[in-house]
Amino acid sequence: MTLKAVVNNVAQMPASADAVVDIQKLSLTFQTADGPVYALSDVDLKIERGEFVSFIGPSGCGKTTLLRVIADLEKATGGDISINGVSPQEARENRAYGYVFQAPALLPWRSIERNVTLPLEIMEISREERIKRGHEALKLVELNGFEKKFPWQLSGGMQQRASIARALSFDADLLLMDEPFGALDEIVRDHLNEQLLKLWARTNKTVAFVTHSIPEAVYLSTKIVVMSPRPGRIIDVIKTDFPKDRGLDIRETPEFLEVAHRVREGLRAGHSYDE
Amino acid sequence: MTSNAATMNGAIGDASLWSRLMSGQAGPVTVVLIALFVIWYVGAVFMNAPTQIDRYNRAGETWTTTRLIEDTLAQERPILPAPHQVAQEMYKTIFATSITSKRSLVYHTWVTLSSTLLGFVIGTALGIFLAVGIVHVVTLEKSLMPWVISSQTIPILAIAPMIVVVLGAIGLKGLMPKAIISTYLCFFPVTISMVKGMRSPQVIQLDLMRTYNASKWQTFWSLRLPSAMPYLFASLKVAIAISLVGAIVGELPTGAQAGLGARLLAGSYYGQTIQIWSALLTAALVAAIMVVMVGWCERRVLARMGVRG
Repeated sequence: MTLKAVVNNVAQMPASADAVVDIQKLSLTFQTADGPVYALSDVDLKIERGEFVSFIGPSGCGKTTLLRVIADLEKATGGDISINGVSPQEARENRAYGYVFQAPALLPWRSIERNVTLPLEIMEISREERIKRGHEALKLVELNGFEKKFPWQLSGGMQQRASIARALSFDADLLLMDEPFGALDEIVRDHLNEQLLKLWARTNKTVAFVTHSIPEAVYLSTKIVVMSPRPGRIIDVIKTDFPKDRGLDIRETPEFLEVAHRVREGLRAGHSYDE
Repeated sequence: MTSNAATMNGAIGDASLWSRLMSGQAGPVTVVLIALFVIWYVGAVFMNAPTQIDRYNRAGETWTTTRLIEDTLAQERPILPAPHQVAQEMYKTIFATSITSKRSLVYHTWVTLSSTLLGFVIGTALGIFLAVGIVHVVTLEKSLMPWVISSQTIPILAIAPMIVVVLGAIGLKGLMPKAIISTYLCFFPVTISMVKGMRSPQVIQLDLMRTYNASKWQTFWSLRLPSAMPYLFASLKVAIAISLVGAIVGELPTGAQAGLGARLLAGSYYGQTIQIWSALLTAALVAAIMVVMVGWCERRVLARMGVRG
């Protein structure tokens, strides 16, 4: 495999009608007491069905903000964005996506099962159906048997897995993940990355994944979006085609290191540490 | 320094029984109780001695210190009654009197307790209701909050007679005016803590509810209310105690015929200090029991909510 075969520049790819997320000339400016903050500027991006897209960049590059715009937790101040062909607000109202936050954000007074089925409760789904789907979601993250435990009885990694199960429980096609493993140690993170990849391969979901770890981004993604701060913009989009059932050992391959190198170059070009 | 440390170590070694006694809650509480009784007895002797000596002089009797101490602890209307006098009075009026009698302290306690509990229930409901409004409606926060706070700057002793008179004029007598004074006092801590408690969910948890497109009502039931539970119980302990104060204060201006407040008032009219002290101690005891019961409910509820320990 040559580098050319692995890496394609997505800008030259023809636009597909099957875009889950379609962003054009998007910008977002926060008005603060110290003047405007340009969080996002002139962002163009398409996410196709079934893709695993990572957003990588230094803090302040707007990667989390972009994910929050997709989730309708922030409103863009310019440009166009559509999710499944509708506005982010409509998509949110249709429960089109599951969101995984940086922290597990489990409700401490609910058992793991009742935490995982919380969205189903909000959607007024019957009790039997909730329990059934809760079991399935917990099985997907290998947490079956922990239904009756309370969050404090689980380790940090298990709590984050429970929060992923919660995002999966209502079977939305789009999964938005904001540095979900950022607070975990490397061994747990590796393990969860492997699990997440298997889960993605099995469920055929579209994933948008924010991270600041280059190996994590390269290992997980079919498409890596490199961003740079002030103002937050996309400076490179790298497509990879590692096999779907890849193991952690691909991280030692030359192809992997080539992609990682290109990501690092992109980050370096877009960001001066003298600032 | 070294010799000091050695002595201290020795002292600790010798006092292993003592330190074991003091490790629980019972030991320290008993020590404080004994200290209180000692201070109380000594105080009673000194406070009551002048009138007693005066009495000896007028009768032309001679007296010894032992006799003085005995007599100061057995006066009929002492300035400070001795603990055993109060205990005897409490035993007599609680256990040895029929509870339907107007002399029974149980009867008076029930009269005060019923309006305390009614006021507590109304006050808690009002407090939660106001807090829900304040948290959900910005206009209500701006318009209500200053009034909620300023309501508590008016001394209850000043406003209590007004409430009793005004409500009396529209035909509300007995239980209700007192309950409303209790309500007036106890809604405040409930409102303040519930506002804080319902605002305690983290931004991330509120965002989570937003991603599910949860309604305000669903967010209230699933997130805000459970988050506020520890705050609610902390405020209920304060609320139930001041609710009792409110009920007693409500009995004072009306010259009520029954209730712990009425006992206090009657006691002060006739200089029955023993009666005053036994009513006071009963009130304190009732307040303590109610706070313990709220604490018990708190542990039950929080344990069901999966709180550790």
